[in-house]
Amino acid sequence: MSNVIIDRAGNKRYLVNITVNGDSYEKIVKGNSLLVNFLRDELDLTGTKRGCELGDCGSCTVLMGGKPINSCLMLAVEADGLEFTTIEGVASTNEIDPIQDMFIEYGAMQCGYCTPGMVLSAKALLTKNPKPTELEVRTAISGNLCRCTGYVNIVKAILAASGQEIPAE
Amino acid sequence: MYLPDFEYFVPESIAETCQLLSQFGSKAKVLSGGTDIIIKMKNGLLAPEALISLKNFEQLRKIEYVPGKGVVIGARVTHNEIVFSELLQEKYLSVSNAAQQMATNQVRHKGTVGGNISNAVPSADLPPILIALNATVTVVGTKGERSLALADVFTGPNTTCLAQDEIITEVIIPDQEMNCSTYIKYGLRKSGALAVVGVAVALNVENNIIKDARVVLGAVAATPMRTKKTEDFLKGKEISEELLAEAGTIAAGESKPISDIRASAEYRRDMVRVFTKRALRKAIDEGRHI
Repeated sequence: MSNVIIDRAGNKRYLVNITVNGDSYEKIVKGNSLLVNFLRDELDLTGTKRGCELGDCGSCTVLMGGKPINSCLMLAVEADGLEFTTIEGVASTNEIDPIQDMFIEYGAMQCGYCTPGMVLSAKALLTKNPKPTELEVRTAISGNLCRCTGYVNIVKAILAASGQEIPAE
Repeated sequence: MYLPDFEYFVPESIAETCQLLSQFGSKAKVLSGGTDIIIKMKNGLLAPEALISLKNFEQLRKIEYVPGKGVVIGARVTHNEIVFSELLQEKYLSVSNAAQQMATNQVRHKGTVGGNISNAVPSADLPPILIALNATVTVVGTKGERSLALADVFTGPNTTCLAQDEIITEVIIPDQEMNCSTYIKYGLRKSGALAVVGVAVALNVENNIIKDARVVLGAVAATPMRTKKTEDFLKGKEISEELLAEAGTIAAGESKPISDIRASAEYRRDMVRVFTKRALRKAIDEGRHI
């Protein structure tokens, strides 16, 4: 179990070790602190968005061991010992990821609030399945709601990032 | 949204887990995938004093075939692990397909089969197909271990027969004669929707005759429900479109739906008719009978 720290008032806190984007962080968290708030408030990784906060919209998506999850539904203390990728970890220092490149190319965003989660769901898909079909793309982003674009350009961008032909309109 | 305060425990053994559950009684809740309980806590529906995490139990994250027992799915196995399990795809594709129809990709990566059962939501997607396949669950408490039919676990919406100190550790799909099975669901969206109606069927078909049948409905009663009259009606009959349509009508008569935000009782009952027929057809078409 993670190390427990009890303050004078008797409140418990936990020393956790969480790896985010390849960096390992040792932090003290309360039992009820959520991963999304830990990422944003403790690590200042504000690319992960708070949306519905009920696991419906996907704007808080992060990759846990490469798999997309809703960080609004996970306790930070439960993340102890695990490895995560946030949107900040998708691009390398000098270059953006081909997925991000194609999101720009195809205008796959308007307000941009869903984009980090969308890109991460796409990243997880293309890592596992480099040449997905349109249906597989749509299934992969089905837990990410976008209220601006109607998804058409997002699907195109992800297919383009996989190096496939984009069907004409 | 923030969570209320609670005491967090992450026990090293299942015995310790049951001990803690017994000690805190109704003030404790079990944390597995968290995709349901954390929402309930955010919404103020639950405010447990103690949250007991099953995080340490790697042994409950396996899907394996145990000869003489059947396919054993650990309670901590996630929905997506069921979707992608080669063993389940090979032996019970219907279970993998049912898991894929639950919620969203993100939730499927975290939500566990044990949680899906323990929550006992009437519209849950896994229980109907598991009941159709005659699954049992192993339950462990302070007084020891017991095995019970999954169908007997549910006592009402969000309630089970589990004692306060008990947790589900595994789900077992026994070896069986059933050679066709499927689960289909009608939700208001393609993804992230709760079932308005869910229908699971498991059949033993030989030479175009239905030798045995189990038909289980989700979201149209207080618990997932077996339709005994429909099953009896199907047994021993030769497959025809009329037979399957008649079975749908009987199942609709047996269902006990309520009206809620997603659908009226009348509509649900009519959808039971349609989806039972379709589920039977799909199971027979995709089955492994000769």
